[in-house]
Amino acid sequence: MRNTYDTQLLFELSQPNRRAARFPACDVPVRPAEELLPSSAVTSIPPALPELSEPEVVRHFVNLSTRNMSVDTHYYPLGSCTMKYNPKRNERGAALPGFLHLHPLQPDATIQGMLRMLYELQGYLSEIGGLSACSLQPAAGAHGELTALLVAAAYFRDRQEHRTKVLIPDNAHGTNPASAAMSGFSAVTVQTHANGLVNMHDLAEKIDEDVAVFMMTNPNTCGVFEPEIRAIADLVHQQGGLIYLDGANMNAILGIARPGDSGADMMHYNPHKTFSGPHGGGGPGAGPICVTEQLGSYLPVPVVAREGDRFYLDYQRPKSIGRVRSFFGNTGVLVRAYAYIRTHGPDGLKQVAQNAVLNANYLLAQIKNILPVPQGDRCMHEFVATAAELKRTRNVSAMDIAKRLLDYGFHAPTVYFPLTVQEAMMIEPTETESKEMLDAFAHTLAVIVEEDPELLHHAPHTTPVSRPDEVKAARQPILAY
Amino acid sequence: MNPDQLLFTKTHEWVAVSEQDGGKVVTVGLSAFAIEALTDLVYLELPKVGSQATAEEPFCEVESVKAVSDLYAPVSGKVIAVNDGLPNALETLSDDPYGAGWIAKIAVSDDSELDRLLDHAAYQAMCQEEA
Repeated sequence: MRNTYDTQLLFELSQPNRRAARFPACDVPVRPAEELLPSSAVTSIPPALPELSEPEVVRHFVNLSTRNMSVDTHYYPLGSCTMKYNPKRNERGAALPGFLHLHPLQPDATIQGMLRMLYELQGYLSEIGGLSACSLQPAAGAHGELTALLVAAAYFRDRQEHRTKVLIPDNAHGTNPASAAMSGFSAVTVQTHANGLVNMHDLAEKIDEDVAVFMMTNPNTCGVFEPEIRAIADLVHQQGGLIYLDGANMNAILGIARPGDSGADMMHYNPHKTFSGPHGGGGPGAGPICVTEQLGSYLPVPVVAREGDRFYLDYQRPKSIGRVRSFFGNTGVLVRAYAYIRTHGPDGLKQVAQNAVLNANYLLAQIKNILPVPQGDRCMHEFVATAAELKRTRNVSAMDIAKRLLDYGFHAPTVYFPLTVQEAMMIEPTETESKEMLDAFAHTLAVIVEEDPELLHHAPHTTPVSRPDEVKAARQPILAY
Repeated sequence: MNPDQLLFTKTHEWVAVSEQDGGKVVTVGLSAFAIEALTDLVYLELPKVGSQATAEEPFCEVESVKAVSDLYAPVSGKVIAVNDGLPNALETLSDDPYGAGWIAKIAVSDDSELDRLLDHAAYQAMCQEEA
C-alpha cells in the first residue's frame, strides 16, 4: 500500500478543488465583502491554501506523528525538561464539559466549578512552595519569571527604592537574563563552581544596595542542591534584595523542601515539567508564580478570591501590576496540574521527588564509568556528564553520542547545556522509568562510546532524516514553503 | 599575526595595539581557542562604527550552533572600523583568527586599561585550566 504522506507536504499533495467538507447553503443574509471591509483589506486572489480530502489530511498527520519521539513512545532523559510520563487521567479531567466548554466571558456565577479548582490550585502551589500568594496568569515559565520581576520592580517602586541590577549565576537558564532585561533591569553574572554551586566570594563581591533580585535555580542545572542557600538568602536580604527561585527543578524537592522556607521571595513553576502538563509544541502552557505576603498585593489581576461559598475573579487590587495575560491564562494546563496534585496527594508528591532522585543517582552510578560526571558521585534529579575527554582522544562529541542514541531508540539527553561544562550531556531520568530501562540506557551509552567515530559522526542512520546541516540551516533557513 | 605579539582578555578576545594620530588604537578579534569551543559559527553581529565601547561590557555578539555569546570590549573607546565582510564569510574567523578574522578597531580612550590584559602565555595557561 502506497504510503508517502509523511514525506510530502500538504502543498505537494494538493489538487485543485479537492475538498474535505462542503458547506450547506448559507441561511443568514449575505452581503459582499466589499461592502463590509475597506478596499485595502479585500483581495481578488484567493489564499494559496492546499486542497485535500479528509483522509489525505488525516493520513498526512497520523503518519507524521508516528515519526515523532515522545514520552509515550520512547525513553526521554532530556535534562532540565523533566520529561515525565503524563498520566492519561489528566486528560479525562481536562475534557470534562464543565471545564472544556466554558466561555471566558461567562459570568463568575456560572463558572463556580472552574473558579473553585483554580482557587484551590493557588493554595496548593503556595503550600508546596512555602509562599503565601499565587498568580496562575503567566502562560509559560519564562513569562512567570518576567511577571515576578515586574512584581519586584513594583515593590521597589512602591518603597521608592531605585535598584537596577539582577544577579544571575553563569549556569542559569537563558530565560533568566532575558526576563531581567525585559523587565528593565541589567543582568549581572555571578560565577559558579564546577558542580554548579554559587561562588559565594563572587556573590559577596557583587551584592550591594543596587541589586533588586538574585535569581537562582535550586537544585541547580547540574542537579546539585545549594547547601549555602540560607547564607545566600541572608546575604541578599541584608542588602534589601529579593530571592527569585527558578522552579524548573522542583521535581527534585516536591514535598521535601519548600523554597519559601529557605528564603525565596518569589518563584515560578513549570507545570509541564513538575505537574505533568503537556510538553512542547510551543504551548499553550502555564507558568504560575508564588510570592511572599509582602509581594502579594502586586500580583497581576485577576486572582481567584473566595467570599463564603462564592468564588470570583478579583480585579480590585490597586497595587497590582495589571494584566499579563488575556482572560485567565491557559486553564487546560492548570486542570491537568490540579489533577496531578490531587491524585498524588502530599505523600505521593514526596514519593515522586524521592523516586526521581533515586533514579538519577542509580543512573549516575553507572554512567560515571562511561562518561565522567565532574560534579561528583551524588545528584538530585539530574546530572551532567561530559564527553570532553572522548572528544580529545577519539574526536567523538556529545552531539555524536546524542544523535547515535536515536538509532538505538532513545531520545537524546540535553547536550551543550550548561555551557560551564565542556561537551555537556545533561541527563534526567525522571521518576517514571523502571530499573530495566535505566540499565538499557546505560548499556547503550557504553556501546556507543566504543563505536567507530566515523559511524558516529554521521548518525543517526535509521531516522527519516539523518544529520541535518545545522550550520546551513542556521545561516540560510528556509522558513516557508 | 603571531599570537605571541597579541594581548588577550579573560573573555577570549585578542587585542593588537598600534599607534594612530598620536593615540592608541586596538584591533580586536576572537581567540582560536574560543572559536574552536564555539564550534560552527552561524552569525556575527558587528558593532556600529562610531559607537562607544565600554571595557568589559558586551560590544557585539556571535552565534554558533551551540549558543549565542557576547563579545566583550577589551578597552573603552570609540569603534572606528569594523570588518564588514566578516559576517558573510564566517569561515575566515576559524581560518585566520589573528589576521583576516579581525572584528573591529577601537580608539583607546584610557591607555591604562591595556595593563589589565593578558599576554599570550598567561592566556594559554588560563585556557589550559578551563579545558
